[in-house]
Amino acid sequence: MNIVVLVKQVPDSGAERTLSADFSVDRASSSNVINEMDEYAIEEALKIKEAHGGEVTVLTVGPAGATDSIRKALSMGPDKAVHVQDDALHGSCAVATSKVLAAALRTLSPDLILSGAESTDGRVQVVPHMLAELLGVAALTGARKLTVDGSQLTVERQTDEGYEVVTAATPAIVSVWDTINEPRYPSFKGIMAAKKKPVQALTLGDLGISGDEVGFAGATSQVLEFNKRPARTGGAKVVDEGNGGEQLVSYLASEKFV
Amino acid sequence: MTVDRLLPTPEAHDLLDLTTELATRELAGKVDDFEARGEFPRDVLRTLGRSGLLGLPYPEDVGGAAQPYEVYVQVLEILAGTWLGIAEAVSVHTLSCFPVAEFGTGKQRAMLPEMVGGELLGAYALSEPHGGSDAAGLTTKAVADGDDFLVTGTKAWITHAGQADFYNIFCRTGGPGPRGISCLLADAGTPGLMPQSPERLMGLRSSAPAQIVLEDARIPRDRLVGEENQGFTIAMRALDAGRLGIAACAVGLAQSAVDYATAYAKEREQFGKPIAQFQGIGFMLADMATGVSAARALLLNAARLKDAGRPFSIEAAKAKLFATDMAMKVTTDAVQVLGGAGYVADHPVERWFREAKVLQIVEGTNQIQRLVIARSMTG
Ligand SMILES: Cc1cc2nc3c(=O)[nH]c(=O)nc-3n(C[C@H](O)[C@H](O)[C@H](O)COP(=O)(O)OP(=O)(O)OC[C@H]3O[C@@H](n4cnc5c(N)ncnc54)[C@H](O)[C@@H]3O)c2cc1C
Ligand SMILES: Cc1cc2nc3c(=O)[nH]c(=O)nc-3n(C[C@H](O)[C@H](O)[C@H](O)COP(=O)(O)OP(=O)(O)OC[C@H]3O[C@@H](n4cnc5c(N)ncnc54)[C@H](O)[C@@H]3O)c2cc1C
Repeated sequence: MNIVVLVKQVPDSGAERTLSADFSVDRASSSNVINEMDEYAIEEALKIKEAHGGEVTVLTVGPAGATDSIRKALSMGPDKAVHVQDDALHGSCAVATSKVLAAALRTLSPDLILSGAESTDGRVQVVPHMLAELLGVAALTGARKLTVDGSQLTVERQTDEGYEVVTAATPAIVSVWDTINEPRYPSFKGIMAAKKKPVQALTLGDLGISGDEVGFAGATSQVLEFNKRPARTGGAKVVDEGNGGEQLVSYLASEKFV
Repeated sequence: MTVDRLLPTPEAHDLLDLTTELATRELAGKVDDFEARGEFPRDVLRTLGRSGLLGLPYPEDVGGAAQPYEVYVQVLEILAGTWLGIAEAVSVHTLSCFPVAEFGTGKQRAMLPEMVGGELLGAYALSEPHGGSDAAGLTTKAVADGDDFLVTGTKAWITHAGQADFYNIFCRTGGPGPRGISCLLADAGTPGLMPQSPERLMGLRSSAPAQIVLEDARIPRDRLVGEENQGFTIAMRALDAGRLGIAACAVGLAQSAVDYATAYAKEREQFGKPIAQFQGIGFMLADMATGVSAARALLLNAARLKDAGRPFSIEAAKAKLFATDMAMKVTTDAVQVLGGAGYVADHPVERWFREAKVLQIVEGTNQIQRLVIARSMTG
């Protein structure tokens, strides 16, 4: 099976993050890592390859610094990578990014596209769906389990209430949550091998996309202002005056915990 | 504090980065629970094995990473700074692969990929209840019986006893003294090889050693490692390298203690200012940091001599002696810097203090290191 995993480099969500003066995500001053959910997509791809054979390609759209994350991804085991890099991409919205990803994916004609269900910087959760639309393939999103049987894919789609079982034939895109597996650590040999794996560089020109379709120029949404997340405030306090238990249960019920 | 390390290759930097990532993401969150429960972290070791950390100094054709000791000991240092039990396990396992890697027959060496790959865990059984320091006086006896040896005796303090998949059993096949000892490679399932319950330790509780009782344990003759009666030489060669491992554990442990005590002293205020600003504390921290740097320099020098194929065993003994005495002093002082807080389990310094002690004892007590060094000087 020919599998492509979408891997995005994001600012470390554990560290201080901010936006640049132009309101794009500040990638220069933060320590950048592989989007956490994408590591689960890579692991799932490697497991499918180990069970069914095939090839795993990492696809990244991002600035030059994203090379670090591509090598890191390759050190886990994928065979090769494609890096779409172009100065005009700076400031691209989700729609434009999807256009670029779709164009790159067409050059790879994968049977299966795997991605994280969301990225920790943008958190819009729309790219997998947009890609499905642009490529005319099935979208199985928010997977907590994926089974491959020939060209038939079965996914347990995680919801707030439980899960739904959805199926589709390849080609398809599956986005995954961190409940799907436990990503492996790179091995020392994997790190050595990753240095020699091919990374194909593509520009917008290579993909037949013009600069004004992407970046701030082509953006369908615009950030006007931003604020820091408000400081945490205290939660509800239950004072036990004989009916503490009842209060507690009704609070939990109101939050749908019981 | 980040240690500025001069490393021989870019790969070595990658390896230490990987080790740091594993220490932070895999070890740091688990150590307290495993130590409290006294549970051996077999799965954590499997994870390290899959990442390639269990056979670093061995050649690539047997599945190792062909790393010089200079690099391997710095990996141990980083692991020990987070979880001594894991670092010690890696060190003992690496030591346990040494006899077969250096002296093994072709058939024995065929097992090496699984050994150095970490799928199989190793143990090194030299010490006995009545003789740890005087290892040449061991009495566990092997007698030939057809194509096998029948081994009878008791081994003591064996790290990984009951957990290991293979055991290096040092036993007497000839006359008294060092020239009558052989090394046999036994599988865990050997009939008559009976690990006992783990010892209850002061520290290092996640990797407690145990006695092994051998009663006519049947080990095939083709599991003789090296020549018959060459075992003591093999044991000592392995320990020379192993001592670098223990020295590395001491350096890593002490580095963590210095870092922790320094951070605490900068935060903790008494008499209206951070205690770090009292000269009495600042000088203590300075001495601690100097001790760690000196021990690391000694360790790396001995490791580089080994890597260059030069005699290194006396320098390794000095490194083991100095680094482990230093770690005991530094962890004692770290407890002192924290005051009452240093004496409670909410802070890791009391664990490091307990752990440091064992490093002065294992793989040759520090008296034995002094004996070895003095003998090399006075003949
Ligand atoms: C946690 C732990 C793990 C261990 N793991 C292993 C293992 O995996 N495999 C293994 O084979 N062994 C292992 N050991 C055993 C360890 O190597 C011995 O404990 C050590 O060699 C000391 O031997 P002993 O305990 O019998 O002490 P003894 O030899 O009885 O020594 C007692 C004291 O006498 C001193 N002493 C002895 N001889 C002299 C001398 N000539 N001059 C001056 N002082 C002397 C010693 O330094 C020590 O202070 C382990 C021990 C511990 C605590
Ligand atoms: C088991 C236990 C039982 C205890 N029982 C009692 C009890 O029953 N009653 C009670 O009142 N207390 C008790 N204590 C508290 C004990 O007296 C304090 O822990 C001790 O006085 C040190 O104070 P501290 O822990 O706040 O350390 P800190 O005062 O924070 O000291 C931290 C470090 O800074 C050093 N330091 C502080 N000031 C200076 C300075 N000016 N110059 C140089 N160095 C300095 C200290 O020597 C120490 O090394 C107990 C503590 C323990 C651990």
